[in-house]
Order: sequence, then structure tokens, then C-alpha cells
Amino acid sequence: MATVTTEPTAVLRGSMTPLPYRVVRKRRENHDNWTLELEPVADAIDPIAPGQFTMLYAFGVGEVPISTSGDLETAGTTLVHTIRAVGAVTKALCAAGAGDVLGVRGPFGNTWPIEAAHGRDLVLVGGGVGLPPLRPAIYHALAHRAHFGKIVVLYGGRTPEDLLFRKELARWRSRLDTAVEVSVDSAGPDWSGNVGVVTKLIPGAPFDPDDAVAFVVGPEIMMRFTAHALIDRGLPPERIWISMERTMRCGVGLCGHCQLGPTLICRDGPVYRWDELEPLLGVPEL
Amino acid sequence: MSLRTLDAVIVESPVFKDLPHDQLELIAGCAQNAVFDPGDRLFREGDQSDTFFLIRHGIVALDTYVPNRGQLTIDTVGPGEIVGWSWLVPPYRWHFTGRAVEQVRAVQFDGACLRGKCDDDTALGYALLTRFAQMLVDRLQATRIQLMDVYGDRHD
Amino acid sequence: MPSKGTSEPAVLAAEDFDALLDALRDEGYRVVGPTVRDGAIVYAELGSASALPAGWTDEQAPASYRLARRNDEALFGYAVGPHSWKQELLPPRVKLWQASRNGTLAVEEEPIASEPTAFVGVRPCELAAIAIQDTVFLGGRFQDRDYAARRSDVFIVAVDCGDPSSLCFCTSVAGGPGARDGFDLALTELLDGGHRFLVRAGSPSGEALLAKLPVTPTTATDVEASCEVVARAARDMDGRFDSTDVHDVLLRNLEADRWDEVAARCLGCGNCTLVCPTCFCTHVEDASALDGSTAERTRVWDTCFSLQYAEMHGGNTRPTTRARYRQWLTHKLATWEDQFGSLGCVGCGRCIAWCPVGIDIREEVRAIRAEEEQHELAHA
Repeated sequence: MATVTTEPTAVLRGSMTPLPYRVVRKRRENHDNWTLELEPVADAIDPIAPGQFTMLYAFGVGEVPISTSGDLETAGTTLVHTIRAVGAVTKALCAAGAGDVLGVRGPFGNTWPIEAAHGRDLVLVGGGVGLPPLRPAIYHALAHRAHFGKIVVLYGGRTPEDLLFRKELARWRSRLDTAVEVSVDSAGPDWSGNVGVVTKLIPGAPFDPDDAVAFVVGPEIMMRFTAHALIDRGLPPERIWISMERTMRCGVGLCGHCQLGPTLICRDGPVYRWDELEPLLGVPEL
Repeated sequence: MSLRTLDAVIVESPVFKDLPHDQLELIAGCAQNAVFDPGDRLFREGDQSDTFFLIRHGIVALDTYVPNRGQLTIDTVGPGEIVGWSWLVPPYRWHFTGRAVEQVRAVQFDGACLRGKCDDDTALGYALLTRFAQMLVDRLQATRIQLMDVYGDRHD
Repeated sequence: MPSKGTSEPAVLAAEDFDALLDALRDEGYRVVGPTVRDGAIVYAELGSASALPAGWTDEQAPASYRLARRNDEALFGYAVGPHSWKQELLPPRVKLWQASRNGTLAVEEEPIASEPTAFVGVRPCELAAIAIQDTVFLGGRFQDRDYAARRSDVFIVAVDCGDPSSLCFCTSVAGGPGARDGFDLALTELLDGGHRFLVRAGSPSGEALLAKLPVTPTTATDVEASCEVVARAARDMDGRFDSTDVHDVLLRNLEADRWDEVAARCLGCGNCTLVCPTCFCTHVEDASALDGSTAERTRVWDTCFSLQYAEMHGGNTRPTTRARYRQWLTHKLATWEDQFGSLGCVGCGRCIAWCPVGIDIREEVRAIRAEEEQHELAHA
């Protein structure tokens, strides 16, 4: 057959067309992070799973990929995104108020392999803005507590004022069946918790490296050091999963920007197994 | 909570583990128990450093004062960890202030006494130095990561 | 031997070429094909066969493209010019949608502005390039709506290659120089014993069109001659590029010194990506009207050589020319295979001709192989 007779995709809407979502709730998390809760104005996107992201559109400004960070057990069609205001688009998104309408495309990407941790200890290590993409996995694990052994949440931030979701961290810890440890790079006199890199929390964390799975998210260099610390503790590289970030423009594998060597992060990721990605991360400027 | 001899506690610490019995005895000979209330200063930045501590219980914050930022905690040390290495190297001065964040129970070592014993028993000296060196390497690596300020704002 | 197609091949006299173009127009196709313009053979809408580059050929070398007169009136006696068919299937600027906000976000997708188009003069390397882009845009979980619509309305008239340029190396990577599949009609131009074309159909649409043309039956001489055209072209390209294990060789040598060497020459201009028939990277421009009431999104061609290409909020993951050149070459000849199942290069040589400093990817790969061998010898 010479000419391709593929019909245009069965969906009526092109994959680059956003759906309108209204901001129903907005909460400031720290000095430059906000959580937005969005509800569909009409059609909703397909259900999103822990680890996935959407492309959020600020009218006339642009789009950015943002991981889902909500409680997907109870969210329904509401989307929850925690966004750091660092550039033009994220600043515009964070400036949106309740009632404003944003654009959403998605869900895109793959998901945290939560089933791989069934019957095992689950260790979740977040650094800085790495905690929001882990939160749906934490909610899921806590809602299905019996499926897991120990659950350990380790979180590192710059200063106590930068920490996200402090109330929730305390709530999770107060459950008594969940270990939560937090460390900051530096602190003032009011802080009575740990100070130092988040990797310091790993040697003493209550999990069995022979029977645990780890999910790690944060700046790339933090994920690297954390993976090394987990491996030093005895966790095999095949049981460490990370979430990668790269420039994204389309989110659907058609624009080429998110390539990292042989992989397209929007299509094959953003969740990757550490041993598969490590050789790529070891090549500077790949 | 059972009462344990200093020997038993010391031998469990990674820094002293697997040392020969006679060296452990020498070290224990320079040790005594210490207790600090929350807020107590174990040592002060700039003071003569002749002691170091093996934390048994509680957390010690390492503080310094930074103009315009105030008192800053740059590290915390917890149970099983050693605080203090300035006693090993001249000019034997503390580089930070150590503050008990909560009640701290520690084994306090007389560094001057131990330095003397190391001068006499060079094998002991070498053993202690190599173990402290490992601890310092780990601390240095962790500090370097902290220095990278990875959670910071955009770097241009 | 060029592939037979689905029905018996036939012969079309060169002077009857307009019959082919007219028949295409009668079917409702807009006809796009090669023509001479601004000192190059480019693709544009053809009014008639007289617009074809009769008697012209191209002389290509690294950083050099010149037209020259032939001593015959061959209609397709050249290799390839700076244009490729991606300008039809993946136009440089496509408005995707516009939006307005008045309490909500109302997004209106732009109707796809494509008409049925006949591509005339598609080289076998270009058939391969179109197939490669089909995989990218139609073969994944998400299809490109615009590409799919344009692609479904295309009639392809391929022309076998009789005059590869010195830069061509399709036989090492993409098959060719004879069209095998992916076309509606394929032509082989014959000059000796009468200027004519061997025409074969490759699809039901092609057969239907062939039936309308003033063709005559083929003779054994015609068939033999057309086989020889293709065979000779293939022989000319023998040994031009060693593609053995190119994927693994490149990925084993990501830190080779050669990358520094080529980076010192590369201007980062992106010409190679512009002329490459498989390069597909795009980015989206989001803009709003001055009064902020409407916004629109446009998809535009992008190049991995641009400094903004790998910009992220935390900085830039490929700030050096070295990294960006390496990205382009390793994508084209190595990681494309991991991503899409085939090499991304079709051996057309355009990137070599149109690079202002004449970087030759065949030479770059050869040098990387040589550097690896030397390294191994030194450490044996």
C-alpha cells in the first residue's frame, strides 16, 4: 500500500489541544511553591496515576510538565499539582486564583511501579521539590497499608522554611506505622530536627535492604547521591526507581526535546529504574 | 534501660569497633559519662578542644553565627555518632558550637589524655587516626553535597 | 532490478510527461515537484512539465552545491536539492489552535489546511525518509493529527536515482537507489534509444492513474536498461560509508576526542537539521494578542543545535556545541534506532552539501571508528 490510509487519530481532539480546567482551590506551600486543585470545566482527561504528569497551560504564556501530586485514591476528576514558580509559565500558573481557568493536556508518562513493592518495605526519598511527585505514591501505599512492609519517607530540603507538606509529614509520622525523617541543609535556632544532606538519613532508616524498593525524586545530583547511599546500604540498583526531568515541549513523543540518549522521557519515563538510567546520567551533557 | 559499662558502649561505635582489647582499654581509660540538658552547650566555637563525644542518646546541633543570617545549624549528630575531631589536629580549637537539642547522654573522651597515650603507643595512634580519617571523609563528602545547594534557585 | 509494482510496467514517452501531470490534476491533486529556482533544484508547485529541471544536474561536495548543464534533456538528472518532502508533510509553521478566555478557556483547533497533493520526483531515499517520519508521527501512542491528515492525502510519484551525487550513500543506510515500495507510481528515466520513462504502479491508486496515461508496453530492452540505471547508481555509491555497527560504535565513544574536533568547526547553525529529510524536532510558540483576549499556539520547526533547545529551569543540559553536535549525530545514526526501530539517516548527503563548513558525517563516523581502534591498539 503506497499512500498511508491511516485515519487521523480516533480522538476528535488533537494531542496538542488543552482542555479547560478551573482552579477550585489554591494553597501556598512555601515562599515559591503553590498547590493548585483543578476541576474540568467540561471534559476531563483520562484518570492520572502516581508518577504521571500533565502539561499545564497558562493562557498566552506557555505550558510546562507538572507531576500529579494529589491523593488519587480520593481525587476523582480533580487534578492536584504542586508548582514551583521559577520561570514565566510557572509564575503565571502560580498567579492563577480560584475561578481562573488553565489548560490541561495529559496524562502523560509512565507510573511508579508500586506493585513491585507489594510485600516489601517501601522507601520514598524526596529532595526539595521532589516530594510532590512522590506524594500520590505515599497516599496510595498508606491507603493500602497491609500490602507493604515498612514504609519509610525521607525528605531533604534546603531550610525548614522550604519544606513542603509539613503538616502531612507530621500526620504520616503520627500514624505510627510509617517512618518519616526529614533533614535540611541548614537551619536557624528554632529547628530541632536533623541538619545535613538527606543521604545521612539512609544508614539509620528502618528498612530491610534485602527486601525493599525505593522511589527517589529530586534534583538529578541528589538522586544520584541518594541511589549511591541506598546501594551502599545494600539495596540492589534494580529496586531503585527515579523520576527524570528534561526540557519538554509536547509531552507526547513528537517534538524530540526530552531525549536523553536512547530514551524519550515523556514516552518511556519519567519513572526509570536506576540501573537502566545510570549509564546515561554518567555522560556529561548527554 | 540496662546499665552498660563504658567498654560495651565504646566497642559498638564504628570508630572503635574491632580494635584490639588492650587498645580499647586504653581508650576507655580516657572516657567518662556525660549528660546535657536541652540547650546546654557541649563546646563553644573557638575554645580549646581537648574533648570529643560519642553520642549515646539525643541530638547535638553544630552551630555557628553568620552575620545577617544569625545562628545557623549546619549539621546535627545523633546516637552512635562521634562529635569532635578538632582534638586530633593542631591548633586543637573547636570550629563550631555544639548544642544539645534535646537531652543528650554521651561518652565524653579526654582528648588530651588520649593524645598522650597515642604519642606513647603509636600503633594506637595510627589506628585512631585511620578511623577518624574515614569519618572525616564521610563528613566531607556530605558537606560537599550540602555546598552544592541542590535545592536552590536557578543557577545562571 | 527495480521492483515490479502491482501491475505490468509500461513506458511513457518523455514528451508525454504532461499527460501524467494533467491526469494528477484531473484527480484533484495539487502537483508539487522539482524546479530550478535561485540556483538550486527545489520543490514547488508545477504548472506543467516545462517547469521540470530538464537538462540540469547538481554537483555537490562538502559545503558546496552547484547546478550544471547536462548534455541531454533529462528531466530528473540530478540527485537531491535543499528541499525535502517534510516541507509538505510537516510544514515549518503550523497554527494548531487559538483560544479565547471569557470566564473559561475556549480552544478552537485550526482546521488542517492541506489539499490532496501529488509529490512528483520522490527519490528512493526520500521514500525511506517519509517512511521514517511516518513511524515517528503515526507509529507511536500519540499520533500527530496534522501530519496524519496531510499524509493521507498524498499521491507519490517516485523517480529512481540515475545520478547520485558524490555525497550520496543511500545504499549503506536506507536501501535505494531504486524505489521498492511506498509509492503510487515509480519511474525510471531512460535516455538512450529514446527519452522515455519506465512506469510501474505500487498501489491501486497508482494503477488507476497508470491506466489513464498514453503508455506503451515495455520491451526487454526497457526493463534491462532501467535495471542498469539503478545498478550503476548503486555501484557509484559503493564503499562510501561503512555503516557496520554504527549504533554501537557511536554509543561506545561518547567521550571521543573527535567530538571536540568537530565542535571546533561546527557553527551550530542548524542547516543540517533544516535540510535533513528526517529531522522532525519542533517546538511550540504560545502567544497572546496584545489585549490578552485571545491566544494561539503554533508548531514551528526547531533544531537541536539551538542553544535554547535543551534549556530547563535549572539551566541548560547541552550548553556546548560539542554536546549539541554529538546529540544530533548520535540521534541520527544510533539512538534513533532505539527510539523508532531504524536508523534516522537515509544517506541523501544534504547535510554535507549544505553545511557551511563542510562537515561530512561519513568522515566523522570513520574518524570515531579510527580513534577507537587506535585507542585499543595503544592499550592492547
